[in-house]
Amino acid sequence: MIENFDLSLVNWSRAQFALTAIYHWLFVPLTLGLSFILAFMETLYVRTGDEMWKKITKFWMTLFGINFAIGVATGIILEFEFGTNWSNYSWFVGDIFGAPLAVEGILAFFLETTFVAVMFFGWNKVGKKFHLASTWLVAIGASLSALWILVANAWMENPVGMAFNPDTARNEMNSFREVVFNPVAVDKFLHTVTSGFVLASVFVVGISAWFLIRKREQELARRSILIAGIFGLVSGLAVALTGDSSARTLAQVQPVKFAAMEALYEGKSDAGLTVIGALTDSGEKIGEKKVHGMKLKIEIPGLLSIMTTGKGDGYVPGLKDLVNGNPERGILSVSEMMERGGHARQVLIDYKMAKELGDTDSMAMLAARFEDKDFVENYFRYFGYSYFDHPWQVIPSVPVTFYAFRVMVGLGFFFILLFVLAIWFHRRKTLEKNTWFLWIALFSIPLAYLASELGWIVTEMGRQPWIIQNLMPVHVAVTNISAGAVRTTFWLFAVLFTALLIAEISIMVRQIKIGPKQ
Amino acid sequence: MTLQISYLFLREYWWLIISLLGGLLVFLMFVQGGQSFIFSLPRNDIQRKMVTYSLGRKWGFTFTTLVTFGGAFFASFPLFYATSFGGAYWLWMAILFSFVIQAVAYEYRSMPANVYGTRLFDTFLFINGCLGPFLIGVTVATFFTGSDFTLDLFNRVHWGSGWHGLEALINPVNLLLGFAVLFLARVLGLMYLGNSIDDKELTASIKKALVRNAVPFLLFFLAFVAAILLGKGYRADPVTGEVTLVKYHYLHNLAGNVVTLVLFAGGVILVLVSLWLGIFRGSRRAIWYAGFGTVPVVIALFLMAGYGETAFYPSSTDPGSSLTLAKASSSYFTLKTMMYVSFIIPFVVAYIWYAWIAITRSRITREELAGDDHTY
Ligand code: HDD
Ligand code: HEM
Ligand code: HEM
Repeated sequence: MIENFDLSLVNWSRAQFALTAIYHWLFVPLTLGLSFILAFMETLYVRTGDEMWKKITKFWMTLFGINFAIGVATGIILEFEFGTNWSNYSWFVGDIFGAPLAVEGILAFFLETTFVAVMFFGWNKVGKKFHLASTWLVAIGASLSALWILVANAWMENPVGMAFNPDTARNEMNSFREVVFNPVAVDKFLHTVTSGFVLASVFVVGISAWFLIRKREQELARRSILIAGIFGLVSGLAVALTGDSSARTLAQVQPVKFAAMEALYEGKSDAGLTVIGALTDSGEKIGEKKVHGMKLKIEIPGLLSIMTTGKGDGYVPGLKDLVNGNPERGILSVSEMMERGGHARQVLIDYKMAKELGDTDSMAMLAARFEDKDFVENYFRYFGYSYFDHPWQVIPSVPVTFYAFRVMVGLGFFFILLFVLAIWFHRRKTLEKNTWFLWIALFSIPLAYLASELGWIVTEMGRQPWIIQNLMPVHVAVTNISAGAVRTTFWLFAVLFTALLIAEISIMVRQIKIGPKQ
Repeated sequence: MTLQISYLFLREYWWLIISLLGGLLVFLMFVQGGQSFIFSLPRNDIQRKMVTYSLGRKWGFTFTTLVTFGGAFFASFPLFYATSFGGAYWLWMAILFSFVIQAVAYEYRSMPANVYGTRLFDTFLFINGCLGPFLIGVTVATFFTGSDFTLDLFNRVHWGSGWHGLEALINPVNLLLGFAVLFLARVLGLMYLGNSIDDKELTASIKKALVRNAVPFLLFFLAFVAAILLGKGYRADPVTGEVTLVKYHYLHNLAGNVVTLVLFAGGVILVLVSLWLGIFRGSRRAIWYAGFGTVPVVIALFLMAGYGETAFYPSSTDPGSSLTLAKASSSYFTLKTMMYVSFIIPFVVAYIWYAWIAITRSRITREELAGDDHTY
């Protein structure tokens, strides 16, 4: 099947989506976190009446505005890209996937936009309390935007709350509650939002550290470090907890992605957690996919089994088990799934034929199969596998997911340490003396962005080749246009976004150098 | 008690919501209209700052309405989303580009170290101001004039023209609506600026420009309405589903539905009143009449294209592929769930209104501009 599709079209479309998503994600986490930091600061201003807090709030708010504008600019592209570049996908699941997107517009984006306007322009026009309420509403609105889009994204990784309708040949929603409370959605929301809080806290601590290095705006810097340090520490712990919980859920719903992230080829009963390792070519292959060995491995024995199954001797399946099957452990082989999916597809084709011919008896009989539990759970469930030619095609890139995951997690613990030190030095009033720490804080800013982007790379690359887990592979989802058209728009976006990013950074740096307005 | 709602009702309900969002979007494009004057209306930098400050407090609403319009369309009529966006690729991309460059322009135009200079960001505003309304008008016109596509057995779209949507630009009827929306946006922009800025010189130039833009707007709009009402329309047979071109079809849709007729006539009258107020009375309140007139007129146009026995997104080459509300809609369950969500819209409108009034209570003057530190 795959050969019938224009691979360069699929790849350019993926590249374009990845490019625009990665750009969007450069700005979103700062919005998510900084909006709350602004709300804390302004609350202190309203509570104490201390003009210094107002000055601090306004300084960070200027930076917020610069970032926010470009976040909005990049977001609109993503939304419309589902239609322009993944139109088969949009049609197939618009029924489910479109709903949270619409809710997002109605509930979240308007909230954000409206109160951002009050926040920026209302200082001299509305009362203190109303202004403060607006700042809080911006923060809440930003997190709500995240909620709905992440519900949509989580559904792609773990499609729930729907049934297949053979008449329209697509999936239709039958439980909005299940879609919203999808366990993947809950993990993803909490992890992503708290990771945004962490990034913004690192940002505030880092820039404040620069002021201290330069011996400027020291009061502003110290106070900002305290607020962001505490917020960052709490969020950092939450990131670790929710990340752990994400991984557990992941092991259940996307075992292949999980095994790839751990570079686990052979299933094990007392699997250890690889903290650090270097992948090597073992010379072996699964189909056409290379199998990696591991050098320089530091491992915590048994931990992976405990994390995923709760037991020290719990079995964790490896990529070989998942692809070739492991009857002992009740794991189907991918070729078996391909066959079952193919069977389900044949039933659908028969149904369409019967419909064309007006053969109502066969139609009724075939339609009944889609309501039969056995058929749905043992055959239709593997529908998407019928699009593959070889079992090994379901394996995502092991090195990318393995390394990206480790760097993200490592940085997560590093940031926790950073916040602990920030609070510690603040309490001992020795921030200024520890210049080494200030420099580290400053250079942590790009690391926060790196961790955040890598998170998405783990998620999205690890999900390959699926656009909807087990139901639709990416190459089936793509819009039928020429690869050249997509290549052109890819470069247009690349140039435009890069140009805007350069302006953003330049403006941001200048505003920081100017410092707060008197 | 369980409420029995028909599938037909839900589809028409969602089409009405889409129409309402469309109407609001066209009204809110006064922001784009205002931007299209950025190089011609203000005489100096201070005046230009007044214009951008005035529009800059509002651009987010237009933008968000566009986003929500897209999201609501996706949820309620996914097959349209897939067909039009995937097929008329370049047309939509052009629209998107023109909005991306707008989003940063206000915030960055007068910031120090903005790399490209104020002039380029103002050019972005100008491009968005002209292209945005024009292209959206052209796109909406294809609801009446049709596009060149076929859908295969699996509902995959195959677009006939290699121009992927840009071919809509050579259809004269589409151009009529494109220009009508552009000049309408300009008229609305002038009225809005007239209402929100207190500056003698600007007020005088606004009044002059109003006449020059109202006339082409009226001409283009009337020509478009005449063309669709008197021409052929895409009728979908309710029984066989067959789509055929029928003379006076949209006229029939307009005259045959009281709601559509009242919205259309009422809206047109309000817009005319606003022009009279603005041009002959120099009234600052003209924008309100124009706004409350624009929304129902756009809704009526959408209803003419979607309600009744009509294909709202017709294929001119393969009528059988045309989209009707029934064919393109989401499932019953989704439409119903989303209907409950939509009940929150009045609440959203209420807080937007409240916040809008709160920050625009007084007119913009040179003194105010000097006193605010977030001015664009
Ligand atoms: C500042 C950014 C940041 C930091 C410090 C961390 N993460 Fe993270 N992580 C993300 C930013 C992120 C993210 C960008 O938000 C992702 C991508 C999608 C998602 O759900 O969150 C993500 C995904 C993600 C996933 C994949 C979930 C999936 O595929 O659905 C796992 C398992 C973790 N993270 C685990 C962790 C752990 C155990 C951390 C330990 C401290 C951690 N992350 C720190
Ligand atoms: C492919 C997925 C995504 C789409 C289609 C999308 C769409 C959009 C759109 C259209 C906007 C502009 C809204 C406006 O008019 O104000 C926007 C902004 C925003 N989005 Fe996204 N977005 C996506 C991913 C995400 C994710 C993953 C998050 C958070 C977890 C997020 C959070 C936000 C926030 C907070 C904003 C406010 C502006 C800013 O970026 O600073 N978005 N998004
Ligand atoms: C905002 C942060 C995100 C980043 C940085 C990101 C990153 C990526 C990357 C790197 C790819 C390419 C993977 C590949 O095919 O090689 C991709 C693909 C994709 N992502 Fe994301 N993603 C993000 C959020 C989302 C969200 C929130 C959604 C859904 C709502 C989403 C849906 C998709 C889709 C539809 C594709 C294209 C199909 C595919 O290749 O799987 N992404 N993304």
